[in-house]
Amino acid sequence: MTVASDPAEGGTFRSAQGVRKVPLRHPWWWVGGVVLLLLIAMFVHLLVTNENMRWSVVLEYLFDAEILGGLVTTLELTVLAMVFGLALGILLAMMRLSANPLFRSVSWLWLWFFRGVPPLVQMVFWFNLATLIPELKLGIPFGPVLRSWDTNTVISSFSAAILGLALTESAYAAEMIRAGIQAVSKGQTEAALVIGMSTSQVMRRIVLPQALRIVIPPIGNDLISMLKFTSLVSVLATPDLLYSAQMIYSRNYKTIPLLLVATIWYLVLTTLLTVAQQHFEKRLTLTRATAGPAGNTRRLRFLPSFGKA
Amino acid sequence: MNLPLLRIEQVNKSFGRNHVLRDVSLDVHAGQVQCVIGPSGSGKSTLLRCVNWLEVPDSGHVYLEGEPIGFRWKGASLHEMTSAQLAVQRRQMGMVFQGFHLFPHRRVIENVTEGPIIVNGLDRKSAREQAMDLLSKVGLAEKADAFPESLSGGQMQRVAIARSLAMRPKLMLFDEPTSALDPELVGDVLDVMKDLAYEGMTMVVVTHEMAFARDVADHVVFMDGGCLVEAGPPEQIFAAPEHERTRSFLSRVL
Repeated sequence: MTVASDPAEGGTFRSAQGVRKVPLRHPWWWVGGVVLLLLIAMFVHLLVTNENMRWSVVLEYLFDAEILGGLVTTLELTVLAMVFGLALGILLAMMRLSANPLFRSVSWLWLWFFRGVPPLVQMVFWFNLATLIPELKLGIPFGPVLRSWDTNTVISSFSAAILGLALTESAYAAEMIRAGIQAVSKGQTEAALVIGMSTSQVMRRIVLPQALRIVIPPIGNDLISMLKFTSLVSVLATPDLLYSAQMIYSRNYKTIPLLLVATIWYLVLTTLLTVAQQHFEKRLTLTRATAGPAGNTRRLRFLPSFGKA
Repeated sequence: MNLPLLRIEQVNKSFGRNHVLRDVSLDVHAGQVQCVIGPSGSGKSTLLRCVNWLEVPDSGHVYLEGEPIGFRWKGASLHEMTSAQLAVQRRQMGMVFQGFHLFPHRRVIENVTEGPIIVNGLDRKSAREQAMDLLSKVGLAEKADAFPESLSGGQMQRVAIARSLAMRPKLMLFDEPTSALDPELVGDVLDVMKDLAYEGMTMVVVTHEMAFARDVADHVVFMDGGCLVEAGPPEQIFAAPEHERTRSFLSRVL
């Protein structure tokens, strides 16, 4: 390379080849870092030295039978509410997308109501259902009654909790699933119809498998929220993780240590779920990425990237 | 001539105020290749989509082997079909789309076997054998286990053709099959379609490929503004069109 001078500017060209480069400095990173480290140190100091934490008590109760029983109840509530909520959500999503205006309106009303009423209010409401409807009857509408049950025997605090959580979840799940179904292009449905599939085959074999892959990440998030929402059932005296801890500290007044026990277990469960979710999403990625030369980064791109529709 | 395989009879279709098809009638006989040409928005694709009831005409009827599409005779009246009955009719007509619409969650071979297995109840093994034959025919046997997203547009379209043929249709509908392809990939797809035509498949092809229409079609149909303007053998339409609209369209595209 020759060093050429620029006749117009009158200056000379200065090559940057081989010259030492000084990286940009970030002085504020150091200031922020020091402040954060100080705060973390103070927090750890508080955890370790504060007498009221009573770590020995925390350890003593961490594997207490009552606490572990509460843990199981919390998991049962989470799974049942999620299963009922999702099943109902798929149905509501289909109704929402139906050509029948009555189905659409009923689904809309359902979503409006159960997204609008807080789950805690619902739970208390369901728990007190007997005051409104003392007997649940099975029979022909406006006709003879075949069987009836006392409402209070059907609605326990557990089933009231499931109802409140599942119905709220159904409304949110319905919106996610609807969005997932709509994200699958109309061309997919048409391509399936023209090879002679029935509308239910199109839904089951072509649209739902693609839609569900789209909604798996948000459903994973919902599962984690659901686990935390179950702690609301403590107001109905359902012995879940939180309520079990509360019952113990109402007897021995060791409030903070027992709340710490509950906190630790919630963190353990949410961490496990998060890891499981990430693992699952990665596997979805891999099963498709292994097939083509596309590689990891291109996956989950099922939305029509084909041609100009 | 005897009964046409496909008869389109005075079909009208509007989208809102937009009158897309106006009294269009057309007969397609078994073994014929008919190419539908015309400017964008002339109703060509809508006409094709009315044939297999992806769009339901506002008036008029379509008949496959004399049976009305979407309706059944009951005594002297026509009853609208259930979606299951309609599916049985659709099985007899293959369709290839401009945007391919392969199933992205299924491998290439599964795209081809899906219809025969799920719809016709064919056993897995025979379905795979038949699918491999079809994939070799369109030159993609080695891509059988790939996922669609790893294919080029031309390859995707050839898989889409194989997927349609797997249902052994009596009639193939092509809706601008090469319009979404890079120019160098168009030839492969057209070659597959030519082979199909020479084997005697009945085809209705909406296309902008004038050379294909001239060389392969028995019949060329020119549409403009929702009307069927004129139809005839390619030598007549391309060399001596009767209508001014046909002439001006051809002078722009040739």
